[in-house]
Amino acid sequence: MAKENPQKKPGWKSLPQGDLIIGGATAKDFKTGDWRSKRPVFISEKCINCLTCWMYCPDSAVIVKDGKVVGFDYEYCKGCGICEHECPVKGKAIKMISEKEAKANEKK
Amino acid sequence: MVKTNTVARTGNEAMAEAMRQIDPDVVAAYPITPATEVVQIFAGYVADGLVRTEFVPVESEHSAMSACIGAAAAGGRVMTGTSSQGLALMAEMLYIAAGLRLPIVLADVNRALSSPINIHCDHSDTMMVRDAGWVQIFSENAQEAYDNMVQAVKIAETAKLPVIVTTDGFIISHGMERIDMLDDAEVKKFIGEYKPEYYLLNIEKPVTVGALDLTDYYFEHKRQEIEAMCQSKPVIVDVGASFGKLSGRSYGLFEKYKMDDAEYAIVAMGSTAGTSKIVIDKLRAKAVKAGLLKPRVFRPFPKEEIADALKGVKALAVMDRSDSMNGHEGPLCLEIKAALFDKALNKVLLNYIYGLGGREIGLNDIENIFGDLAKAAKGTGMEKVNYLGVRE
Repeated sequence: MAKENPQKKPGWKSLPQGDLIIGGATAKDFKTGDWRSKRPVFISEKCINCLTCWMYCPDSAVIVKDGKVVGFDYEYCKGCGICEHECPVKGKAIKMISEKEAKANEKK
Repeated sequence: MVKTNTVARTGNEAMAEAMRQIDPDVVAAYPITPATEVVQIFAGYVADGLVRTEFVPVESEHSAMSACIGAAAAGGRVMTGTSSQGLALMAEMLYIAAGLRLPIVLADVNRALSSPINIHCDHSDTMMVRDAGWVQIFSENAQEAYDNMVQAVKIAETAKLPVIVTTDGFIISHGMERIDMLDDAEVKKFIGEYKPEYYLLNIEKPVTVGALDLTDYYFEHKRQEIEAMCQSKPVIVDVGASFGKLSGRSYGLFEKYKMDDAEYAIVAMGSTAGTSKIVIDKLRAKAVKAGLLKPRVFRPFPKEEIADALKGVKALAVMDRSDSMNGHEGPLCLEIKAALFDKALNKVLLNYIYGLGGREIGLNDIENIFGDLAKAAKGTGMEKVNYLGVRE
């Protein structure tokens, strides 16, 4: 028996055949940020704008405006921590904190 | 009907000739007895410039099917050939080819699976991959092997499913027969140009192939594949009919031989069907109402049509050239029983497991089976599953 479809995802009759995803740059539609258990926090006063984190980020989630780092795109950041690891600043301009801690901070 | 050329060819040569006429974009293959010649002869055509095919000599059958999948996803018309252990090594990739709905055509020369190691015919290899999502077409002789290869291309590309065409190892693959071939140009016209709707090399219409499908999409894609298998049935019938118009040799899902008034029927695939026809002619001369039902297409299994064709018989023998190792019947017998059950046909049915590892089956064996059927129909207690010609 066919199941109700409350999420409005396409059924087998309308999906493209053969596991194809039609069109380019579709990774954009897939928000990977909710996988994260830790998130990077940007400490702007320590940042020297070397853009090392921007180069290393595997998800292009470091936001840069006018040649300067301004923060992170949490819709795509998976929380891998490479940015913090690669940050050359003594004492680090990026700090990884747990999502639990981040959510507690948001409530304050 | 067009002019045909009568030639003497072995089953392997017939399949290679069909591949030459089809002239696929890519063939990736690894040699294995008794299918080696199919791709060996074809490699000769490549070397002689008779085809434009890119031939990829790979290091294993797993790689052969992987290369075929890549080439087909890129948009090519792709073929390969293998047998037995080679098909087993391909098994993982066969599921992927089918799931990605790539119309690859594979010539499989049926051979027993190890262990014990053996190079001769039985149907264990293709039966092992019967749930992989490939259309499976069995051939009775070299003529059918040739005809099926040509049709397989059209079936695969229309149904968007990969197709295996089989012959019986050595019996058909190495036996020389008189066959009628179509002209090269007629074959090319029949299969037409392959124009996939989406393919990786088309930068105008970018696609992702083989993306991860978790709990939310996998089932829907598999449901599509199941539907494609159901819908391939009319495709196979249409292609068989149009091939008939071209060549004078029509094909359906199965062949009925003297079945209209048959009381006793044999159900057999591959070369044993041919052997059965000779016995049936002999029995018919003695007024025994004997007939043959030869499933040509094992996947999809034409269950309603076959059940209807068996409706009138008093008793039938299902011939399995492999065993399911399920502790009871062979795979073809299970399919036939399921088909009969759904039409509420409770028939006297004997299963014969035969020919494993190339064990000979002769005219007298089949004649004895018809004798068994007559006894079974009269209510004589016969063994339900018989192992034909095995030493006790």
